[in-house]
Amino acid sequence: MSTTAVNLRQSRAAAFWYSNTGKKIVMAVTGAILFIFVIGHMLGNLQIFQGPERINSYGRFLHNLGEILWAERIVLLSAVVLHIIATVQLALRNKAARPIGYSRRDAINSSYASRTMYWSGPIVLAFVIFHLLHLTAGMIVPGAAFIEGDVYHNVVSGFQVWWVSAWYILAVCLLGLHLRHGIWSMFQSVGVNHPRYMPLLKQAAMWIAAVIVLGYISIPISVLLGLVK
Amino acid sequence: MKLTLKVWRQKSPGEKGAFVTYPMDNVNPDMSMLECLDVLNESLSARGEEPVAFEHDCREGICGSCGFMINGVAHGPERATTVCQLTMRHFKDGEELLIEPWRAYSFPLIKDLVVDRRAFDRIIAAGGYVSVSTGNAPEANGIPVGKEVADRAMDAAACIGCGACVAACPNAAAALFTGAKVAHLSVLPQGKVEANRRALAMVAQMNEEGFGNCTNIGECTGVCPKSIPLEVIARMNRDFLRASFKRREEPLATITPVYDWKEKTE
Repeated sequence: MSTTAVNLRQSRAAAFWYSNTGKKIVMAVTGAILFIFVIGHMLGNLQIFQGPERINSYGRFLHNLGEILWAERIVLLSAVVLHIIATVQLALRNKAARPIGYSRRDAINSSYASRTMYWSGPIVLAFVIFHLLHLTAGMIVPGAAFIEGDVYHNVVSGFQVWWVSAWYILAVCLLGLHLRHGIWSMFQSVGVNHPRYMPLLKQAAMWIAAVIVLGYISIPISVLLGLVK
Repeated sequence: MKLTLKVWRQKSPGEKGAFVTYPMDNVNPDMSMLECLDVLNESLSARGEEPVAFEHDCREGICGSCGFMINGVAHGPERATTVCQLTMRHFKDGEELLIEPWRAYSFPLIKDLVVDRRAFDRIIAAGGYVSVSTGNAPEANGIPVGKEVADRAMDAAACIGCGACVAACPNAAAALFTGAKVAHLSVLPQGKVEANRRALAMVAQMNEEGFGNCTNIGECTGVCPKSIPLEVIARMNRDFLRASFKRREEPLATITPVYDWKEKTE
């Protein structure tokens, strides 16, 4: 075997982005941003239980933020794009890292959630696009007509269509699965792991994911049961 | 006891390999997996066939030479056990064992169950030196190290470099191995001096070798014969992150591996 020494790119930023570990840190940070959004969005949505006036005024409040709203949208969109680019690049590297597969390989120590990240992620992305076209842009109108500014009406009439609710519930359950691995995994990726606290963090990840799923799906379920009309 | 071994046979890197089935009638349950292969090889030699090539050295679970997949699990069904320490009594009478080599781009196959793991050596070499004063043995209490810290360093240092972590990882990542080699020095005061440079260089070499990336799923620690915890990977990530923000004086260099026997896969 012959070897040659090569110098890495000199720029620190380029070297960081080029390395697997650097990309994982980018995924962790962008994942954390999206996780915070998921929490905030859920708390905002739950105001639907306080009646049409409350949720509609919350919607008006968000729209009146103006530049701040756009800044938030740009941050979220960049986080989504970076998260996906890093994932795709790493997935391609992972595929190249084992060109000849095993005839049998058993999983003995990993969670179902962690093994299905490649599935839960893209499905949630597809849902988010649908969700934006449905309730933000009003371009997909499954139920009664979309009324700009009447959040309550749009949500309730949308969720009264059974497949919209079913699709929503499925996507949120997959989001929960994604977060069940993601919430603790982002700490690991940026190097925070302590034998004493990691088991607690993993437990917390499961509970937080469960609360998020229950919080979100309570809305379509309430609409389907006729509790919110 | 009776066993059926389905072993991956491949003459050389370029040739096509296949599983060959060997029924074994007289397996002593107290034999190790490697001794079982020894018995098989003796019968193969007696029949004038080529024996199964596999790596081994100490046969007491500490050298890191041996290792292959048994029924889809690196080092077989027993946790914290290398194949040389795995006794046949752990299998059921009449069971079929599928024996396959480690499979990774960075571990090119040489023959049968033997793969080239020199990528690990290059990662260790990339780590460079540790500043330790020469001369007489230092005063034992000169640098106080807490018991908990010493234990964590020892847990990481237990890595024998067998490659099971890479083999079990769905991404063929070497994060547990590299993490162990980074962590066992970086948690100790003696290893802190070069911690930044070491983490950057070892991570860079790990990437250069073509290993996959860690998705924090933990298959590696499950098959690790030394039960090295995922904590070492976090340690590597943290050292890498900190070092990435520091200014470096010297340029980082990695070694580009050139294999004579890399299989033509692309």
